[in-house]
Amino acid sequence: MRVRFKLNGEPVEVDVEPNELLINVLRERFGLTGTKYACGIGECGACTVLLDGEPVLSCLTLAADVDGHEVVTVEGLAKSGELTPVQRAFIEEGAVQCGYCIPGFVIMAESLLRENPEPTEAEIRDYIRGNLCRCTGYVNIVKAVKRASKYFKLAPPGS
Amino acid sequence: MASRVRPSPINTMNTHIIPVRFEYFAPKTLNEAVDLLSRFRGRAKVLAGGTDLVVQMKVGRVRPEYVVSIRWLRELDFIDTREDGLHIGALTKLRRIEKSDVIRRGFIALYEAAKAMGGVQVRCMGTVGGNLCNASPAADTAPPLMVYEARVKAVSTRGEREIPITKFFKGPGKSALEPDEILTEVMIPYQPANTGSAFLKVARTSMDLAKVNVAAAINVREGVVRWARIALGAVAPTPIRALKAEAYLAGKELGEDVIARAAEIAASETRPITDVRSTAWYRREVSKVLVKDALRIAYGRAVRG
Repeated sequence: MRVRFKLNGEPVEVDVEPNELLINVLRERFGLTGTKYACGIGECGACTVLLDGEPVLSCLTLAADVDGHEVVTVEGLAKSGELTPVQRAFIEEGAVQCGYCIPGFVIMAESLLRENPEPTEAEIRDYIRGNLCRCTGYVNIVKAVKRASKYFKLAPPGS
Repeated sequence: MASRVRPSPINTMNTHIIPVRFEYFAPKTLNEAVDLLSRFRGRAKVLAGGTDLVVQMKVGRVRPEYVVSIRWLRELDFIDTREDGLHIGALTKLRRIEKSDVIRRGFIALYEAAKAMGGVQVRCMGTVGGNLCNASPAADTAPPLMVYEARVKAVSTRGEREIPITKFFKGPGKSALEPDEILTEVMIPYQPANTGSAFLKVARTSMDLAKVNVAAAINVREGVVRWARIALGAVAPTPIRALKAEAYLAGKELGEDVIARAAEIAASETRPITDVRSTAWYRREVSKVLVKDALRIAYGRAVRG
């Protein structure tokens, strides 16, 4: 079946099977391998993408269900090669070890700061509880989100 | 005994794909959706947020011939305050429930339950109707709706009917819905003045399903409990009301001894099993603790307003 949707700002069309998952379409048809597959059952958050601006799990989303909607993956955050405040902050805080979970965390941090530009540490930790990192112990990830929130305050997105 | 618990197929299967072929339909209206269900009678599954059904299909536990996706049926996504109570569309996402001021102010146990479910992503996908129709004994929205004595509306081509939430759950994964029916909304009556409520849950991690969850609502007049309602999840084949404990509490002053006795009675009304999440013994013991705490919090909210 034909599915048309907006992917990282561009209108796209693709033929999918009814039982195809969004994550596989993103990775295998569009080559967007930033979105990671890990648990497959909604425990780890590595496959998080924005669907109509909300963070959802692409491993539990039928590709057919995004027809007519808008998907943003980690590749779609930086505009014209310039890192977003969240991406910059993750690099500066060294929040990355193996890196596999990071696209999911970056999407969540982006989503959190759009909702709540000045989150407390407790709010940050609660917001990312659906994302597992097996390397870092989350300390630098939380620091990175805090740092990104300072950048957001200086230059809110869209300003 | 716990060593004999069988691992879930989720631990042993590839969940990268859905190894089930089905035809997909995305009806634009509720009428179209119920038409499809009446045509496919029993061979279709209704897809809402996907956080339960897609996992079930991935591990092959559910193999529908047809999937009717109602994910984008906006007509079932609403929170309305009406004269007879609060109406919540079945496709209202848990995230929206958690963010609703009306729900946090008037139905705080439902707010607390929604907030305690999964992570933000799961709550941006999962819906209140989906949580109920999945009919898990551990469904977190069930105990609050049971203590608020909510009703749900089911619609099919044959018409519509209302089902009290206390009659909705029939067993693990089984609800009172017929295969051609769609759950369309939840109706919660406004709670009288001097009523307090609370929801509590114990789970292995903040992401996991409940080992035990409890909601309580208490109506208090001049220091005396006029009525109390207690509901527990994950301690029986369906979410249950602890009716004997409720009857015991009516007309009493809520001292610590009364709270402890009510918790004992409520725990005796549970029929827990041992599974991957807990032993039956642990569930019964924790039920007592959660009932006590939920009663204290609900009482505090009732008297402080």
